[in-house]
Amino acid sequence: MSQTNTNNDQYYVPHLAKWPIVGSIGMTMTAVGAAIYMNNQFDSPIVMYLGFATLIFMMFGWFGEVIKESESSKYNPQVDTSFRMGMIWFIFSEVMFFASFFGALWYVRNMAVPWLGGEGTGLFTNTELWSGYEGVWPTNGPGNIGGKFELVDPFHLPLINTVLLMASSITLTIAHHALVDGARKKVIGWLIATVVLGATFLFFQVDEYIEAYQHLDLTLKSGIYGSTFFMLTGFHGMHVTLGAIMLTVITIRMMRGHFKPESHFGFEAVAWYWHFVDVVWLGLFIFVYII
Amino acid sequence: MSHAETHSHDHDHDHKPKGFVKRWLMTTNHKDIGTLYLIFSLTMFIFGGALAMIIRLELFQPGLQFVQPEFFNQLTTMHALIMVFGAVMPAFVGFANWMIPIMIGAPDMALPRMNNWSFWILPFAFTMLASTFFMDGGAPAAGWTLYPPLVLQGGHNLAFAVFAIHMLGISSIMGAINVIATIMNMRAPNMGYLKMPLFVWTWLITAFLLIAVMPVFAGAVTMLLTDHYFGTSFFNAAGGGDPVLFQHIFWFFGHPEVYIMILPSFGIISEIIPTFARKPLFGYVSMVYATAGIAFLSFIVWAHHMFSVGMPLGGELFFMYATFLISIPTGVKVFNWVSTMWKGSMTFETPMLWSIAFIILFTIGGFSGLMLAIAPADFQYHDTYFVVAHFHYVLVTGAVFAIIGGVYYWIPKWTGNMYSERLGKIHFWWSVISVNVLFFPQHFLGLAGMPRRIPDYSVQFANWNMWSSIGGFAFGLAQIFFCIIVWRTIKGKGTSKATDRVWEGAKGLEWFIPSPAPHHTFQDGAPVNDEHLAHVSSH
Repeated sequence: MSQTNTNNDQYYVPHLAKWPIVGSIGMTMTAVGAAIYMNNQFDSPIVMYLGFATLIFMMFGWFGEVIKESESSKYNPQVDTSFRMGMIWFIFSEVMFFASFFGALWYVRNMAVPWLGGEGTGLFTNTELWSGYEGVWPTNGPGNIGGKFELVDPFHLPLINTVLLMASSITLTIAHHALVDGARKKVIGWLIATVVLGATFLFFQVDEYIEAYQHLDLTLKSGIYGSTFFMLTGFHGMHVTLGAIMLTVITIRMMRGHFKPESHFGFEAVAWYWHFVDVVWLGLFIFVYII
Repeated sequence: MSHAETHSHDHDHDHKPKGFVKRWLMTTNHKDIGTLYLIFSLTMFIFGGALAMIIRLELFQPGLQFVQPEFFNQLTTMHALIMVFGAVMPAFVGFANWMIPIMIGAPDMALPRMNNWSFWILPFAFTMLASTFFMDGGAPAAGWTLYPPLVLQGGHNLAFAVFAIHMLGISSIMGAINVIATIMNMRAPNMGYLKMPLFVWTWLITAFLLIAVMPVFAGAVTMLLTDHYFGTSFFNAAGGGDPVLFQHIFWFFGHPEVYIMILPSFGIISEIIPTFARKPLFGYVSMVYATAGIAFLSFIVWAHHMFSVGMPLGGELFFMYATFLISIPTGVKVFNWVSTMWKGSMTFETPMLWSIAFIILFTIGGFSGLMLAIAPADFQYHDTYFVVAHFHYVLVTGAVFAIIGGVYYWIPKWTGNMYSERLGKIHFWWSVISVNVLFFPQHFLGLAGMPRRIPDYSVQFANWNMWSSIGGFAFGLAQIFFCIIVWRTIKGKGTSKATDRVWEGAKGLEWFIPSPAPHHTFQDGAPVNDEHLAHVSSH
């Protein structure tokens, strides 16, 4: 709340931000580079890579500046609250992004596919266009798009991955408690354990993709099942990657003596993010793999 | 309160950065960023308006005179995308940047660097989007709703359009996060939630809508992208997907989106009417609840855009009745504005004229909305000019009128110069007459069955189309006139210096700082004077 501010402790307002414009240029290069590459207007993804490198350069610069300001105690509790709100609502926007894909999954499973199979108002669609199609999940549609495929066994790698991610949330929480207690060495140890668990998760996920493509004939092009499966797990994997990088950054910051037991917003923000990707995984495990 | 004295005192050395790059490209100042947003919005308004002029030129007579049908479709699509994402939304963010910190007694926006980035994404994104006009296959041409499968059959534009939309989404989400953090965390110590001006309230609620739906839109267009380029089957029935799925996701974003474009207008009108009626806003708390109610309802009415697509009967009924419900909180607002004016000591300066026109004409748009919400009737109206007339009444005589009224209301505070009241009134009467000549006949055209998004039409529609085009050209010209008025006000030509209070009956913190507002305000984080606020004793 705003009452924390006093006259001799002003809200820190930075002057002259040089990083946003770098970010805009990087973002535009990434987008244009990807677009011209996808359109075959240009036969190399080099522009996209350069744009991506610019974005990473921007993040190093921008976050570095914020970390420096934070370590030199420029931020009062009110600034801290602004950062917290920023992170919370950013995560909420991410939730809504995943909601659009979960919503698509729910809609095709409960509406579109049964209708194609002749349920409800789809009777004539089925008899006239897709006669003989039964509309049972999992499916690659009445056109058998992408050919016959098999499913990933949820109780093999995905189950291991679930255990790994759950465990990583626990190790991260132990690290957080250790930070509050001021046991820095313990924090670093548990953080490293968290990163290792996250990396192992990603390794298995890649392994599962290879298995799907090479042995199960399950690809992004396997009709609606392949589309929802790879888009949901793929975006989740990208978020785990991002989260693992963030965890690595705070581990390095811990090693350099950053964060105090009573004030460590950067740590908490990463922890919130990690728990968020964890919860998304639970949704995936249940709705994509098991059911 | 000592702000007025303190700040007029350090007005002479208020540390504006020197040089164009530092002042504008690297700025973290909420007022400068607000100015950037407003100038960008006006530029896009003229650009989008120019596209509309070509549309009206082609529709002046039946037959094909000036443009090919393919290009006509690009015009309607880009006109909408530019007006929605380039003109109306950035204008509101501009108002938010300028006014919210001042209205709540904050030193700046909560996250100033991110504020800079939210703006500086926009020019890049729109350059990318507009560049599609010059590519093989031209600009997106499937309508701003980007329905598959049509949108997937275009040329190279899809990737550019999708990435531009991603960037606009990132910009909007960052802007919205900033607004929320500012309002919830940066209020002066004695600025309680129910003391906030209604403009601040409407923006707080709008920001929640933005964060909730922009990512959903990003998801929807990502699915378009992968369907087109990577062989997924989200919207392909042969693969088990469904084109209607896109419509559901799109309108889950799209309906809250139209309220994103109107709620801040409600806020602006709720600031202007009390000033010129010289009475406090009637039913302040009910206005807050009504706004929240409209925001909530916006999430459960999306499929009223899809009545004719083939939904189960239960869906048609649910979305029809849920849509009717919106008229209750909206009615609360309209009656509150009218009650505010009741027995007020009214004067009719330019901002007030725009506000009164807003109430009347927006209400007409609301009524045609109720007609469209009747599912069985919508089978007749769907995709006709009646729909075009409806959403232009709520967006042009609604959102745009509120924006223009807001500009007249606050531009003396922004520039320190009073605009020319005579030119302002000419602009108003010119616009309000021409806009009705432009859009009212489209109701008749739609009811008579003229479809939207077509460059040619049956001769029976010729008369009203000619009138509509004449109104369109006049309205377009009036907005060029508006640009001249704004320019003259900024330059102080033929204008007088504005006082701090500007308007006799004005209440609210912005009227107790100097005009023009100094580069930095409320830096000490001290309590603000309750007597300067519009809403204190009423509850």
